[in-house]
Amino acid sequence: MSSVTRNLNVEFGGGLEILFNHQRQIKLVVSAQGRNPTVRDLIKKLADEHINERRELFIEGDTVRPGILVLINDCDWELRDELDGELEDGDVVVFISTLHGG
Amino acid sequence: MPPRPCQLCSNNRAMIKRPKTGQQVCKECFFFAFEEEIHKTISDANTFKRGERVAIGASGGKDSTVLAHVMKTLNERHDYGLELFLLSIDEGITGYRDDSLETVKRNKEQYQLPLKILSYNELYGWTMDRIVEAVGKKNNCTFCGVFRRQALDRGASSLNISHIVTGHNADDVAETVLMNILRGDVSRLGRCVEITTRGEDTINRSKPFKYTYEKEIVMYAYFKKLDYFSTECIYSPEAYRGFARTYIKDLEALRPSTIIDIIHSAENIRISEVVQDALPKQQKCQRCGYISSNELCKACVLLQGLEKGTAKMAIGSKAKHVSQEVSSDTRTIPMFKMPDQQVRNNQTNQTNQAKQSV
Repeated sequence: MSSVTRNLNVEFGGGLEILFNHQRQIKLVVSAQGRNPTVRDLIKKLADEHINERRELFIEGDTVRPGILVLINDCDWELRDELDGELEDGDVVVFISTLHGG
Repeated sequence: MPPRPCQLCSNNRAMIKRPKTGQQVCKECFFFAFEEEIHKTISDANTFKRGERVAIGASGGKDSTVLAHVMKTLNERHDYGLELFLLSIDEGITGYRDDSLETVKRNKEQYQLPLKILSYNELYGWTMDRIVEAVGKKNNCTFCGVFRRQALDRGASSLNISHIVTGHNADDVAETVLMNILRGDVSRLGRCVEITTRGEDTINRSKPFKYTYEKEIVMYAYFKKLDYFSTECIYSPEAYRGFARTYIKDLEALRPSTIIDIIHSAENIRISEVVQDALPKQQKCQRCGYISSNELCKACVLLQGLEKGTAKMAIGSKAKHVSQEVSSDTRTIPMFKMPDQQVRNNQTNQTNQAKQSV
């Protein structure tokens, strides 16, 4: 079975960047075996390989913690099958926390 | 996946799913619907009077930054005739508030609104950094909350402003409803869902975002590329509120209308007269003149504790029994004076409230 890979631009906002070494943008590659990589794959990879501490502030089960917004190419992920949304090469995926004080 | 068209204009691609209605809309329709819903909230409640001076409580965070933007937009679009100001409180938290105040200073230029900053140090002689040194991290949110509320009123009063708008959103209001139920705080349960709290001796407080979802505020700020500050306060957040917040976010994930449903529930609760009669009557603080439900207001009690080094004792039920005497060298809060405008407004209120409101 062949591996399908996607090159992605990932951005963090609303304070989430603190969990990712204060990086606002990272580039990464997500892959899946014999199918197109999805947002679920991306979230797992971010939580497993890019968060140093306080993982629970980003991930809950296999999805993002409630209160974190996800946009794919500026489109609300709720319009794109959420976790099952398939990713394309060059997609920009933005994660924004709504939880910090206003 | 094929792009879905906007359910409002049918022309552009839908980019956001609105949490309240599930409607799928494009960016432009979202901006317009978002702003006009706030206009409806404001105008249905006759929130402002033409010519009124209104202070926007500005922290540099997402809610108040979007509020400043929307208030300025609506004031121009619908000709409210309001004179808008930014009012910020500097709690004196190094590495947190000093950075967020820089955001507010940029907002002042971006929105061309006058800005007033009032500090705890100026008003109370204590910064939050020093208060935390004295009382520790456990109860410091109590000090900060009590001091901020009064500081905002005093800042407004110094500008001769008698109406403050704050960025409290629907999620915040739902969270507060829940907390008031959990604490049995019946008097606040009724008040916390009102768009405006008014009183003869108080500065009016309004929440134009009381029906506005946090998700949409953040989306709006993101799409409009508004400049806001998003760092958690460096001192421990209120644990109880944090729990209520997570609980509501979890419910929202299952059913987005939960937030508005909680607010509607609280709006329709009627408090029995027996309970109302038992609620403490409002009076003026005998030391500083600020509105209070006891002889001394909470800020004076807390400040006296800090000055005497017994701050930890001032929290809780003993607060009512704090001694009235205060030695002449102890710092007290200056006398509170209502702005002249408020006195005028309250006199004319009865006669032409409906005529001039927007």
